[in-house]
Amino acid sequence: MIVLIMLWFLATSATGMIPEGRFPSPQATIAALSHVQFRGYAGGVLTEHVLNSLRLVLMGFVVAIATGVPLGLLMGWNRTAEALINPIFLIVRPIPPLAWIPLAILWLGLGDAAKIMVIWFAAFVPSVINSYAGVRNIEKPTLEAAAMLGTPRWRFIREVMLPAASPMIFTGLRLSLQASWTTLVAAELVGAFYGLGRVLNVAQQDLYPGMILVGMIAVAILGWATTKALGIFEARALNWNQAAVLAGK
Amino acid sequence: MPKQIDFTRSILLGFLGLALFIGFWQGLSAGGLVSSLFLPGPLEVLDRFTDLLTRRFAGATLPAHLAASFERFAYGFVLAAVIGVPLGLLMGWFRILDEVVSPIFDGLRFIAPIAWVPFAALWFGTGIGGPILIIFAGAFPPCVINAYRGAKFVDPWLIEAARMLGTPNRRVITEILLPASVPSIISGLRVSAGLGWQSLVGAELIVASTGVGYLMVQGQANVSTTTVMSGMIAIGLVGLALDTALRLAERIILRRRGLET
Repeated sequence: MIVLIMLWFLATSATGMIPEGRFPSPQATIAALSHVQFRGYAGGVLTEHVLNSLRLVLMGFVVAIATGVPLGLLMGWNRTAEALINPIFLIVRPIPPLAWIPLAILWLGLGDAAKIMVIWFAAFVPSVINSYAGVRNIEKPTLEAAAMLGTPRWRFIREVMLPAASPMIFTGLRLSLQASWTTLVAAELVGAFYGLGRVLNVAQQDLYPGMILVGMIAVAILGWATTKALGIFEARALNWNQAAVLAGK
Repeated sequence: MPKQIDFTRSILLGFLGLALFIGFWQGLSAGGLVSSLFLPGPLEVLDRFTDLLTRRFAGATLPAHLAASFERFAYGFVLAAVIGVPLGLLMGWFRILDEVVSPIFDGLRFIAPIAWVPFAALWFGTGIGGPILIIFAGAFPPCVINAYRGAKFVDPWLIEAARMLGTPNRRVITEILLPASVPSIISGLRVSAGLGWQSLVGAELIVASTGVGYLMVQGQANVSTTTVMSGMIAIGLVGLALDTALRLAERIILRRRGLET
């Protein structure tokens, strides 16, 4: 890491091998950072942009998992629902989430609603597919044992299906979260009033490499931090599930 | 508990689901509940789609836009595979390289491919280089990661056996490491094709003057919802075709090597 930063310094400011207009030097990046944080850029200071992007990602993500996970579980559990819904899903699925952006802008304009819709589409698909696969991959003996013991439906769902499917559900959530970030950045690049994508977009128009780099780093850090947070939550939730299953036995 | 239902019934239900979906869509627009400017019916979209096959919009017909998109995609994807797969294999094989490259790679991986757009514009303008860079950014990580995993998790017995038999290092790489990691590499290529195609669409929405993404942006600017939807259909179809082709290739290769019956 330190080597990398030194190389960066050498290639840009020390030797001028890469001209400043192409890729910013470390000093220029720090200057851009203080510019956006203390004086504001593209309609707000950095914390405002970050909070706005984070808010949109979380809203879209929560809406997507609140609708996607139950749908996936239902499709995994009930063959009739699966047969009914799967073909629609197969048709909609190959359309990349980013391709919904123009339609979302046509429908909802440049505000928050369009972003949440696009993020919802992006995060919905992985959460449905993985919840579905999670239920579908439960081993048959487990199901048969539960059936033989006459487990009531709601207890079956709570104590067998959810714990068994949760590792896959979390895989889906992680993919959903990544998709949410990519989509948000794209949506904000296409059109927005604030947010990190907006910073990137304005910096691109101003030919301001330092600010572009600041925006990219901010996006990377946020993506990393939210994935990490989900990982911690996952570790807790799965522990709890295992404990509950054992206690129930 | 999941109940089995027979095949014919599931097919019938599938058609029923589709019919409900399309009927609902048609009903919404035909019933005048929403204006057709906002949500055109499926027939209108289909009409526009076939129209775009021959009529020029945003400078070219739909097939020409698709060809432009596909050319960029091919460049970016091939570049990502040619650089990414060997890099991943080498990282899996030489620990030093792994330790040097991994931290850099992990840092870069969290940058959404689409966030490269401003630099792409700065470095290449709206020429072909920009979209290629973004496709590359999307397609590169899965190539590296899967090749790396393939090389890293080769059965150590195989390598030890080769070592014991005095196989030289170079032959261990070409005759054990490479063949053993092929399944993982192939599935990485499939994932990276999907991500690359998606990144391309994003790139074209922002920096391009041809391609399906550009067609959709122009459709949006002209409030032509049918054009936007036709673009979505075209993108979905090509993405589906790509995925199917690579799945088929994956299966053929695995079968030829006796890894799948």
